[in-house]
Amino acid sequence: MTPLERFLDTFFNAAVLAKYAPAILQGVWVTVELSVLIVLSGIALGGLLACVRAYRVRLLSFGIVIFADIFRALPPLVLILIVYFGLPNAGIFLSSFVVLYAILTLILAAFAEEILWAGITSVAKGQWEAARSTGLGFTQALLWVVLPQAVRLAIPPLTNRAIAITKMTALGTVIGVPDILNQATTAQSFSGNASPLMLAAVAYVLLFMPFVVLSRWLESRFAWRKV
Amino acid sequence: MIDPRAARTADPTAPAAAPAAGRPALEIAALHKSFGATTVLSGIDLAVAPSELVFVLGPSGSGKSTMLRCCNRLEEPDSGTILLKGTPVTGAGVNLNQIRQRIGMVFQAFNLYPHLTALKNVTLALRKVRGLSRAEAEARAVEALTQVGLADKAGNHPAALSGGQQQRVAIARALALEPEVMLFDEPTSALDPELVGDVLAVMRDMKSAGMTMLVVSHEMKFAQEAADRVIFMDGGSIVEQGPPERIFGAPEHERTRAFLSRVTGG
Amino acid sequence: MEKFAEQFLNLEIMAAAWPTVVQGLWVTLLICLVVIPMGMAGGLLAALASLSPRRAVRWPMIAFVDFFRAIPPLVLLIFVYAGLPFAGLDISPFTAVAVAFFLNNSAYYGEIFRAGLLSVGTGQAEAARSTGLTAGQSLAHVVLPQAVRNVLPDLISNTVEVVKLTSLASVVSLGEMLHQADLARSVTYNASPIVLAAGIYLAILWPCVRLISRFERRMAT
Repeated sequence: MTPLERFLDTFFNAAVLAKYAPAILQGVWVTVELSVLIVLSGIALGGLLACVRAYRVRLLSFGIVIFADIFRALPPLVLILIVYFGLPNAGIFLSSFVVLYAILTLILAAFAEEILWAGITSVAKGQWEAARSTGLGFTQALLWVVLPQAVRLAIPPLTNRAIAITKMTALGTVIGVPDILNQATTAQSFSGNASPLMLAAVAYVLLFMPFVVLSRWLESRFAWRKV
Repeated sequence: MIDPRAARTADPTAPAAAPAAGRPALEIAALHKSFGATTVLSGIDLAVAPSELVFVLGPSGSGKSTMLRCCNRLEEPDSGTILLKGTPVTGAGVNLNQIRQRIGMVFQAFNLYPHLTALKNVTLALRKVRGLSRAEAEARAVEALTQVGLADKAGNHPAALSGGQQQRVAIARALALEPEVMLFDEPTSALDPELVGDVLAVMRDMKSAGMTMLVVSHEMKFAQEAADRVIFMDGGSIVEQGPPERIFGAPEHERTRAFLSRVTGG
Repeated sequence: MEKFAEQFLNLEIMAAAWPTVVQGLWVTLLICLVVIPMGMAGGLLAALASLSPRRAVRWPMIAFVDFFRAIPPLVLLIFVYAGLPFAGLDISPFTAVAVAFFLNNSAYYGEIFRAGLLSVGTGQAEAARSTGLTAGQSLAHVVLPQAVRNVLPDLISNTVEVVKLTSLASVVSLGEMLHQADLARSVTYNASPIVLAAGIYLAILWPCVRLISRFERRMAT
């Protein structure tokens, strides 16, 4: 075998690819399902927390800051292992899917809260005053005047963060979530060939590349707002 | 209409006791406000009659903006009472959001909502506070925008409008709520000189339509021709007041004279 | 509640696991010491290339950066660690971590440096060149310092992410802190050693996270 043949046989073995493609496709659905759930609930929870923080109730804000700090500072894998291996011994049994979903949702919520809060605080005070001067209540001013502007500021960093965190669904492999990476490593050890890993890498790139390109476009589009 | 709380919150020495017929549109009595150790307002008394245009002059830091912002409680007064047509604005238990609809405010920096079109800037409070239907709100918004001469810009976002146009949309936003009093906080200070005229023209129209207006500004010429009364503030209190001819022609106080000669350069 | 405390905050088990976890901490710090400077250097090169006036340089570099931003770091790491040996390249876990992190970090630091360099007006480089500085000198002494200052919060934020990502090395059995803590967990059937590791991560990273929030608030006003 020439080196090229050997390379192709290792990473692009047609027989191996054909055999394990269905399994990896199943993994794609798990990854997509998890990603969509995490993005929707993480951003919703983060937005809710940022709004609660806007009321500046000291105890609530303090709790939110502590939550956001801890979930931003701890490595996701650390949190996943603590919950996945710790809870059963404490009598609580959660599937690996639920653990991964819950932890990544909380992490995204922590980052989304910080990003949206930064957005809310950067909306000029005059916007609040104009809204309140026309008789809008605090909640109305927050929802209709301030939050839409904060969201606009938050979209580029939020997109980047959402991509980074949904990519972490690959960590599910460690606790046995049947995602793309898990299917690929299983296939690789059965087949003794690296083609399934290559297929997994391709699947991830196809899945996430559109969003990476989108984030690049969003950044250039919103860049003028910084000036 | 008479609020039972009015008797409790109103200062008995304030002009609130005046007979209902001659009742002022806006009454400020013994208004005090400090920021930390700095006293900004030390006992302001002022009554604005219906349809009167009161023009407030004074050096920066004299407290004129703070006085204005106390009138709709964007700034919380330390003490004193403010009545709007006899209804208390100050004191506990006041429905602030309701009273603010009756007091329009125009800001130096326009403060238009950048994410909404001119039309939606105007309809937001109509829909969310007044609870008008979309069609009703839009009809009234178009009316208000027509009043300021910008009906054709209804679909534009603020970024696509000139400063003068933005300020006129901001006026329409306040006008659409049919306020009983309008507060202007240096409405032309952020504008290029050539755009000031359009905004002042709108204000003149409002005046002739009978609006009660309290205007903080540096537009002396406008004050001379449109104001019913000019008030000179310095150091947190009213130094003197009177018709524009007298304040500009023969000011009594040395501080007023010094200020006027400084701003008119004469 | 007691069950929880015993399972997650068991001080005896933490004390027993302490030497193992601290051993892992040194490996974690060693990884950081290697991958952070490498990633920053790679990122700076990627940024300069992606701003090159030559299309043949710029587009491939942007594609490179986007590719590594699209691929999950763990997939990259496993690909390097488990895939390359098939091609006859036998590498140690540490080398695999270094290679995977270099590729991933270069992409992320690259984007940050790119934004930083773009934030410095062209007038700065022109002024520097007009006084006779070379292109390299004007970059090093005039443009880069301003670029770094402009994106400092993002640089710190990404560095926090890199430190957190070193925990992935546990998956390829590199004995860093999480790996050691998980080892202790599997021996004791108790999550407390990982909680201990989490405490150490927090002690190191919480101040950084606070600092980032402070920065964000200052930029806002």
